[in-house]
Amino acid sequence: MKLSLSGTLFSVAACAVIALSVPSASSAGDTIKFGVAGPHSGDLASYGLPSINAAKLVIDKINAKGGINGKKIEMLVEDDVCKPEIATNTATKLVSDGVDVVLGHICSGATKAAMPIYKDAGILVMSPSATSDELTLSGDYPNFFRTIAPNAAQSPAMVDFAINKLGFTKIAVIHDKGDYGKPLAEGAKKYIEEGGKAKVVLFEGITPGAMDYSAIVQKIKKSGADVVIFGGYHPEASKIVTIMKKKRLKTAFVSDDGVKDDTFIKVAGKAAEGVYTAGPQDNSTNAMATDAKKEHKAAFKKDPGAFFEGAYAATIAMLNAIEKADSTKLEDLKKVLQTEKVATPVGDVSFDKNGDAIGVGFSMYVVKDGKYVVVK
Amino acid sequence: MDYFIELFFSGLTRGSIYALIALGYTMVYGIIGLINFAHGEIYMIGAFTAFIVATVLSIYGFPLLAIVVIAGVAAVVWSSSYAYTIEKIAYKPLRHAPRLSPLISAIGMSIFLQNYVLLAQTSDFLPFPALIPEFAFMEPIAHIVGSSDLVILITTFIVMIILTIIIKFSKIGKAMRATAQDRMMATLVGINVNSVISATFIVGSALAAIGGLLIASHIGQINFYIGFIAGIKAFTAAVLGGIGSIPGAVLGSLILGLTESFATGYVSSDYEDVFAFSLLVLILIFKPSGLLGKTTNQKV
Repeated sequence: MKLSLSGTLFSVAACAVIALSVPSASSAGDTIKFGVAGPHSGDLASYGLPSINAAKLVIDKINAKGGINGKKIEMLVEDDVCKPEIATNTATKLVSDGVDVVLGHICSGATKAAMPIYKDAGILVMSPSATSDELTLSGDYPNFFRTIAPNAAQSPAMVDFAINKLGFTKIAVIHDKGDYGKPLAEGAKKYIEEGGKAKVVLFEGITPGAMDYSAIVQKIKKSGADVVIFGGYHPEASKIVTIMKKKRLKTAFVSDDGVKDDTFIKVAGKAAEGVYTAGPQDNSTNAMATDAKKEHKAAFKKDPGAFFEGAYAATIAMLNAIEKADSTKLEDLKKVLQTEKVATPVGDVSFDKNGDAIGVGFSMYVVKDGKYVVVK
Repeated sequence: MDYFIELFFSGLTRGSIYALIALGYTMVYGIIGLINFAHGEIYMIGAFTAFIVATVLSIYGFPLLAIVVIAGVAAVVWSSSYAYTIEKIAYKPLRHAPRLSPLISAIGMSIFLQNYVLLAQTSDFLPFPALIPEFAFMEPIAHIVGSSDLVILITTFIVMIILTIIIKFSKIGKAMRATAQDRMMATLVGINVNSVISATFIVGSALAAIGGLLIASHIGQINFYIGFIAGIKAFTAAVLGGIGSIPGAVLGSLILGLTESFATGYVSSDYEDVFAFSLLVLILIFKPSGLLGKTTNQKV
C-alpha cells in the first residue's frame, strides 16, 4: 500500500509541517476530518453503505500505523438518503463540523445539490458513483472528483470497440429518445464522424414501449449497416434483437450498460447470444481489488456491494493527496490528484483537469451461453 | 421493391393486432356509448394468462399445438370473465348516470388492473415462450414475412370473418345491432339488454385476449404495462375508422399500422407517432365521425 509512510518521506513531511505550520481554519484540530456522505438509509442505502465500509477499512489501517503526518483520521458519516433537498443539509452539517475532505455523494442528483456548499467552503469532494456528465464536464464544480467514468465516456468505449476491435465500418446508431439513451447515441455519432474510420449509415430514435420494431429493423437492414450501436435500456434492446433474429439479420449489436442487465438475457433468450454491451470496468484481475474484497469479508462477514471498489479507491486517492501535499487546502490537493498516479483497486489512477479519473472506464462484455463475459 | 413489401407486411401485422383490440373498443362504444379504457388491460391480462398456462404446460412437455390451443382458450375464458365482472361491477351501476361517470370508472378500472397485475405478478419483463414456431416452408421468405406475421394475419382474418357472421346472422348478433340502434326500443321488443351488453364485453375481450397471445408470442416479452400503449393505439385506430363501426375499426387499424410502418421506413422512426396522430387529426377535421362512422347527433 502506497500510503504507508516511508522513513524519508515522513521526515520530509515532518519538516514541511514545521516549516509551513500555518493551520488553516478547517484543519485547525489535530485530526483530519474525513466526511462520508450518501444514502445510508432508505431504499437506496445499498448504494451508500459500502462506501462507509470502504472508508473505514482504509482509515483504520492508516490510523493503526499512526495516521497521516502524525495526525489521526476521524470519520464523519452523514446520511443524505439520495435526496437533493436533504443532501444540502448533509453538506451544511459536514462543513460546519469542519470536515476536510468528503467521500460522496452517491447519487448524481444529490451530489449536484450538495456541491455548491462544498465549493464555497473550498472542500475536496470525491464520489465513487455519481456519473452525471455535468458534474465534471460543465466546469461548475472545480472541487469535484470521481473514481467512476462519466456517462459521456461510454460512447467512445462502444464506438472504439465496434470499429477497432470488431472491425466494422458501417454503423447504424439507434436510440430510445430518452435522457439516458439519446446523449449516448449522439456522442457515439459524433465520435464516429470525428474518427473518420467508419460511417454512420443510419441515425434514428425509436419510441420506447412501442408494440413492435419490425419497421426499424427493416430499415437497419436496408441501410447495409454491419453493426448497430444502441443507446437505451434493455426492454427495447431485447425487442429489437428478437426481431432482428426473426428477420434473419446477421448485423452485430453493441449497446450500453442500460442493457447490461440479467433481464435482457432472460427475455431475449437465444437472440441475446453474441450481443455486446458496455459495463462498469472489470477489476477482477486487480490484486488490490481482490484484497480489498477479502478485507471486507473478514471485517464485515459479507460481500461488499455496489461501488465498494470505487469508494475504496477514492479514500486512498484523497488521503494520499493529503499526505503528499501535507495540506487539506483544495488547490494543494488538486495539484497532487492531477499530477501523481496512485495505486487503487480500480487501477493506477490520476485525474484529468475536469476531475475524472484517467484510466477508469468501461469494459465490453459479450453474452455467451446466457452470461456476460468480459471481452479481452 | 423488396423494401416496400417488407414495410407493407410489417404494417399489416401491426394493423391486424390493433384491429383485434380496436374491435372491443368499437363494439362496446356502439352498444352503450362508453369508451372502455380498461380494454387495454384486458389485452394485457390475456397475454399474462397465456404466459402462465403456456409456461406450466411446457414444463409438463405438452406438444406445441396443444399448448397454443389450451393457452389460447384459457386466455379467452379468463379475459372474458374479467371483462364480464368489470362490466357488472364498474359500469352497470352507472348505466343511467351522466356520461362522464362511467368514463372515469373505466379509467379507474384500468389503473386498478395494471397495479393488480404489478403486485400479483411482477414489475419485470417476462420472457414469453415462442408459441408460433418457425415454419420450414416460410424459410426462403423469412427475411420479408416471418412465420409469426403470417399466423397473425391469417388468425386476424379468420376471426374477422367469424365476427362478421356472428353479427350479421346469429340471433345474439341481431340483438346486438338492435341494442346499438335503440336500447329502449330493443327492450320493448323483448331483448334482454343486460345480457346483450355482457355478451358484447365477452366477445370484445375474447378478441383482445387472442391479440394478447399473438403479439406477446411475436415480440417475446410481456409486462404489466403493455396494455396501456396497445390500448391507446387501438383506441386511436377505432376513432380513425369511426368509433362504433366494426368495419371502420378494422380499416382504421390497418391504416394506422401501415402509416406507422411507412413513416418509419421512408421518413424517420423519430416521427412514427407524429405521423400516426397527424393523420388522425386530419381525418377528424375533414370527417369528424371517422372514416366509416355514422354521423349521429351526439355521443360523448
